[in-house]
Amino acid sequence: MLKRLKRLWVVMKSPSSASMGFILLLGFTGGIIFWGGFNTGMEATNTEEFCAGCHAPIVKEIRETIHYSNRSGVRAICSDCHVPHNWTDKIVRKVQASKELVAFAMGTISTDEKFQARRGHLADREWQRMKGNDSQECRNCHQFDFMDFSEQGARSVKQHSTALASGEKTCVDCHKGIAHQLPNMEGIEGW
Amino acid sequence: MKKLLTAIITAGIVALSASPVWSADADDYMTNSGGVESLRGQVEISTINKSESLKQVPRDQKLIDRNYVQQPPMIPHTTRGYQVNLNANKCLSCHSFKNAGEMGATKISVTHYETRDGMTLSDVSPRRYFCLQCHVTQADAKPLVGNTFQPVDSLR
Ligand code: HEC
Ligand code: HEC
Ligand code: HEC
Ligand code: HEC
Repeated sequence: MLKRLKRLWVVMKSPSSASMGFILLLGFTGGIIFWGGFNTGMEATNTEEFCAGCHAPIVKEIRETIHYSNRSGVRAICSDCHVPHNWTDKIVRKVQASKELVAFAMGTISTDEKFQARRGHLADREWQRMKGNDSQECRNCHQFDFMDFSEQGARSVKQHSTALASGEKTCVDCHKGIAHQLPNMEGIEGW
Repeated sequence: MKKLLTAIITAGIVALSASPVWSADADDYMTNSGGVESLRGQVEISTINKSESLKQVPRDQKLIDRNYVQQPPMIPHTTRGYQVNLNANKCLSCHSFKNAGEMGATKISVTHYETRDGMTLSDVSPRRYFCLQCHVTQADAKPLVGNTFQPVDSLR
């Protein structure tokens, strides 16, 4: 390892590659600037106002739910549940979200009627995604290991200590419609 | 002159405020409940009650006994945020015949499958779909009016 580093240093020091050190430095600073701008962009696209631009009906609905107003005053915003925290997953989701731009251009949910008709399909995609990652977004805030069963209601404990603890089911299997009006649930498992 | 004016005004005030006719009139004018006592007591319609703090529904409580045979059982838990509409029925996601076993919940009664004219359907009858029409959550609140109702012996 040390040997390899030494060899690298020799290469960098040699006159023929003086410019290479420079290039690296340039790349490094450029990277920082790019990184900052990139992250700012990522942050800006995480705000509720941004989502509201295309999902106005949903933003209105959420006001009645526990994740908008509750006794502790902690809120979950759109991106808490829909954008993964883990960096690579986040990028993947953002790139996937570019698809939404195409759908937006096509106007798949541009009117209330169109949205209601397509809602079941979109909700199902979200459920499948969360089933796939074991409801990672929920677990970012609600960690099973720190749930105090003596504080939870009897019905909560009954389900959490069995089906959830054993990993047989994940949060969205039981908690559908926790933040939104549900689509037609006919034929959905458990309904 | 000044003294006389003060005397007249003072006399006037004393006469007016002491006059029983005047004060009765004023009371009549000020009271718009017509002397009727309501649940709020003897207060004018225009007064605004101090609002009571909202009662909290316990998250889960023991099953609540019934008072008469045909009484719809009361809900022993919160139902905040539970959607019951054209698209979804959160209550049935635990209480339907299909789900009750797995969720450890009470099954709905078979009467809920009957239509108005006694036909039994294969699923919940539309007239029984909106659970909260008959079943209600319970908070620990004092009754507003007294009640002497006694359950029948078999339910006591
Ligand atoms: C440029 C408009 C636009 C913006 C901004 C936007 N969306 Fe969307 N979104 C759409 C459209 C259009 C669809 C429907 C896609 C379809 O019809 O396939 C959609 C679908 C969705 C879905 C359904 C799941 C899926 O896989 O399709 C979710 C969840 C979602 N958006 C969340 C968000 C969140 C969270 C934000 C804010 C961070 C956001 N969207 C911002 C246009 C937008
Ligand atoms: C507490 C987590 C949570 C929050 C906060 C949240 N969502 Fe969702 N969202 C979900 C889940 C879970 C689904 C899957 C459908 C369901 O269960 O309602 C979903 C589904 C969706 C869908 C698919 C269509 C539908 O209605 O089912 C869209 C679009 C969407 N969310 C957008 C948003 C936007 C915009 C916000 C911010 C105003 C937001 N969500 C906030 C959890 C959340
Ligand atoms: C940003 C953090 C955050 C995220 C992400 C989040 N929650 Fe919550 N959740 C909360 C808070 C805060 C409360 C309210 C706690 C309180 O004061 O009672 C809550 C409450 C709840 C409740 C209690 C509802 C009630 O009526 O008491 C459920 C169920 C729940 N969340 C499920 C979920 C599910 C399922 C997801 C994933 C789709 C999720 N949460 C994602 C923060 C979050
Ligand atoms: C097997 C079904 C099931 C699974 C899986 C499940 N829950 Fe629950 N949960 C329930 C039931 C039933 C209740 C109580 C009724 C209600 O509030 O809807 C509940 C209640 C809650 C509450 C309120 C607790 C209280 O009593 O104050 C929270 C918070 C919650 N769940 C979060 C989660 C999270 C986060 C996950 C995933 C890590 C999860 N649940 C997985 C069935 C489930």
